[in-house]
Amino acid sequence: MKTKAQILHLSGVEKSFDGADGPVPILRGVDLSLAAGETLALTGESGSGKSTLLHIAGGLEMADAGAVHVAGHDLTGMSDTQRAAVRCTEVAVVFQQFNLIPSLTVADNISFQARLAGRVDGEFVADLARKLGLTEQMRKYPEALSGGQQQRVAIARAIAARPKVLLADEPTGNLDESTAADVLGQLLALVAETGAGLMLVTHSPAIAARMDRQLHLSKGRVA
Amino acid sequence: MQLFAFLTGLALATALWSGVQAINAEARASYDAAAATLGEGQFDQIAPRVGDTIAQADYLSLRRQGWLVSPIIEGDLGGVRLLGFDPLSSPAGFGVGQVAGTGDLGAFLNPGQLFANAETAAQLVVSVPVVIDPTIAPGIAVGDIGVVQRLLGRSDISRLLVQSDQPMQRPELSDVAPHLRLQAAGQTADMGELTDSFHLNLTAFGLLSFAVGLFIVYSTIGLAFEQRRGMVRTLRALGVPLSRLISLMVAEVLLLAFVGASIGIVLGYAIAALLLPDVAMTLRGLYGAEVAGTLQFRFSWWGSGLAIAVIGAVAAAGIRLLQIARMPLLASARPRAWAMTSVRAQRVQAICAGILLGGACVLALAGQGLTAGFALLGCFLVGAALLLPLLVRPVLTLAERVAKGPVARWFWADTRQQLPGLSLALMALLLAISANIGVATMVSSFRLTFVAFLDQRLAPELYVEAADEAQAYAIEDGMMAQGVTVLPLLTVETEVADLPARLFGVRVGPTYRENWKFLDAVPDAWDQVNAGQAAVTNEQLARRANLWVGDDIDIAPGLSLPIAAIVADYGNPRGQVVVSEALFRDLHPDVTPRQFGLRTDDPVAARHVLTSDLGVDDGAITDQAALKAFSLQVFERTFTVTAALNVLTMAVAGFAMLMSLLTLADLRVPQLAPVWALGLTRRRIGRLELLRAVVFAVVVCLFALPVGLGLAWVLLAIINVEAFGWRLPMFLFPLDYARLGLYAMLAAVAAAVWPAVRLMRTPPSALLKVFAHER
Repeated sequence: MKTKAQILHLSGVEKSFDGADGPVPILRGVDLSLAAGETLALTGESGSGKSTLLHIAGGLEMADAGAVHVAGHDLTGMSDTQRAAVRCTEVAVVFQQFNLIPSLTVADNISFQARLAGRVDGEFVADLARKLGLTEQMRKYPEALSGGQQQRVAIARAIAARPKVLLADEPTGNLDESTAADVLGQLLALVAETGAGLMLVTHSPAIAARMDRQLHLSKGRVA
Repeated sequence: MQLFAFLTGLALATALWSGVQAINAEARASYDAAAATLGEGQFDQIAPRVGDTIAQADYLSLRRQGWLVSPIIEGDLGGVRLLGFDPLSSPAGFGVGQVAGTGDLGAFLNPGQLFANAETAAQLVVSVPVVIDPTIAPGIAVGDIGVVQRLLGRSDISRLLVQSDQPMQRPELSDVAPHLRLQAAGQTADMGELTDSFHLNLTAFGLLSFAVGLFIVYSTIGLAFEQRRGMVRTLRALGVPLSRLISLMVAEVLLLAFVGASIGIVLGYAIAALLLPDVAMTLRGLYGAEVAGTLQFRFSWWGSGLAIAVIGAVAAAGIRLLQIARMPLLASARPRAWAMTSVRAQRVQAICAGILLGGACVLALAGQGLTAGFALLGCFLVGAALLLPLLVRPVLTLAERVAKGPVARWFWADTRQQLPGLSLALMALLLAISANIGVATMVSSFRLTFVAFLDQRLAPELYVEAADEAQAYAIEDGMMAQGVTVLPLLTVETEVADLPARLFGVRVGPTYRENWKFLDAVPDAWDQVNAGQAAVTNEQLARRANLWVGDDIDIAPGLSLPIAAIVADYGNPRGQVVVSEALFRDLHPDVTPRQFGLRTDDPVAARHVLTSDLGVDDGAITDQAALKAFSLQVFERTFTVTAALNVLTMAVAGFAMLMSLLTLADLRVPQLAPVWALGLTRRRIGRLELLRAVVFAVVVCLFALPVGLGLAWVLLAIINVEAFGWRLPMFLFPLDYARLGLYAMLAAVAAAVWPAVRLMRTPPSALLKVFAHER
């Protein structure tokens, strides 16, 4: 069997934040890897460092120590501008909320990152919108959409940019059970279609069970 | 930050308002002191015919016939107005300074002294002691009539005060002294009324500055309350009554308003103290009114400053408090500052703007008087300000549509989204820039016109003042013998068309014919004047008397002449009538000219003849260039106050922008975090924020240009005509506008730098919090 290429690799990642009584360690030497087309669930209690790990993997935050490789790019020591370029072209992130740019229409939101990365494909965007049931909403602004619709727009935007790594931080956390299942199903289908690697942070064992692999974080370490 | 914005906004608003009010209060106090000192407006007076005085014999005759009158002598000594009165016969209630205060007649009469305030006393060079009395009006020194007559070298009387209670059986004035006339109290010119327009002008500027400052307060209160929605929801959910919450917030606003207003009053005092000398100069130049150069802490202005600040702050808070009171208990605590303005609100704003601009048009076409002029100004400016966001929105939408790249599209869309949050600050900026353009256009148009006017009026190369009548004849004869054209200045104070005016007799010749440009005239105006068949009046007299070319004007009892021409006469508050020298000499044979204009090709030689051969003191000769320079200097100082208020208003508008951007900065984070997460660096986002400020400034400047020019037109064509009696031509100054636009952009960029740098330095963890927590 042919081994899939690793698109995300973290080794010995450490991170701490300033607390009232000095630095508070969040991640304590985390190793992690993700292959193209693979889906990975990151679980753990609140405060275990899941979101921080996802942010570091996406180049949104810098690790205090350790190495982070995204799609062949070593993020360690990169400048803000260089990391922004990696974020724009290789990674897409879906957050739990406040994903969308409020001043842009749904259509502009979906194509925003793809246009930034220079690979916008009108037909692909239209197809994504159709698959996610957003065709009727394309001219609306985010504030006019329901929570489920907003998350679908965020997913469409992430997929439209054709990233190698897709990171999702509790993307269905704010949705009801039925909508959450619907949105997650669409996300997984699209990831499978594009071959991107997906790392998804969740508290839900049911959602975690639908991923290829699960990684449990406890007190900043992989359990 | 919000506390700072609130206090600073209110302090600046109050400072400019109370500063202007302090200046007005000081000036009015000076007018009142002058009126009290001179007895004007309080008592009936007996006055001589114009240009004349009352002989001692007339006074004695009136007294003998039973008239209870008291003599007054007035005269100028070294630039100070000396006023002498008789404390023994003066009416009850007419008392000056210490005489009125202590009734110590002995101290007043002996050993023969003058009383004046410290400022005036310093100017006086007299042989008698000068007692400092702060209650005496500036520019005036008073003393016993005998002392003043001696100092002035006169024995006549200027006017007579008439006691309120007179004997029943006294003869008519016309029987005792037919050449004298009785003036009822209140008929004399009231300096307060005369200068009302100037003070109204200042008040309007103060109000504009206050409104701009209040924008900051309103905007700050709005954002502060917006951010408190969550807290209010929580407290109400926990059982705190709404009424208590509202009461606490009102108390908080009142306390802060009091603190802000107090700081503002102190600043206002400093501004007023700084500007008062220039205002005093302006009032002296424009109206001949004397105003004290030092400022007193009067309740009338600081009380009004405190009141308007507190009322303004409470009114600004009231709207937000009403929203909080109406907010459902479980309403979303999410800040809504970025919410698009509702279509309904936009429609209401458009209707209000339409009504105000329509009102401005009606007032421009049909309004009468200065109040209507200022109402027009207010309607026009507020209407234009309300229209601004409605016009900017489609411009930004169009820019978004034509933008190519994703960042450009986002930039324009985001700029449009900022509009509701920044519209108040932008309106403030619009008002400030428009006011600057309008006032700069007015002042520069005035300056151009004034310089041309000086060239017309100051044609003689030299001006000379004779020490006495003999020297006057010597100068006229001597200079004419040298081939110099001599233009005597014959003038008397008089009343024309029942208005105070100066009558001039001129030697009609090439100087007048070639240099005087008329606003309107019959073809052979100077010929008619020269023949004694017509007169020329200045514009302000013509407008006040509602007369124009062709109308008859009463020059003297029994003499009425048609107006042959109207001449512009900028900077002069008084009416003027010009007749031929011959006619003037017929009307006033006792007036001999003491001042002359000399037309010569060789001013140096003429000056030499005057000083060497004719014994004229060099200080009595003024050359044309010096006179022009002095006139321009007076002009420039006249508008120093306006320029200072302009700069301050612009600074307040810049500050309003800064405060709006800073208070919006926290609310901006959730809007910018997704863009950052998608691949734009914080530095680039910060640069775009600066660019956004420039875009707003450019758009506001473009809109402010027509508004400012409209304002200039209103000032030149309506306000000036109503306030001063002259209409000025309007000139355009594109370079000045470009420079002003640059300043506005610099102010906007300066206001945006700090918020942008703060944004650039926002740590990623702070941006990521947006996605993790409800804000």
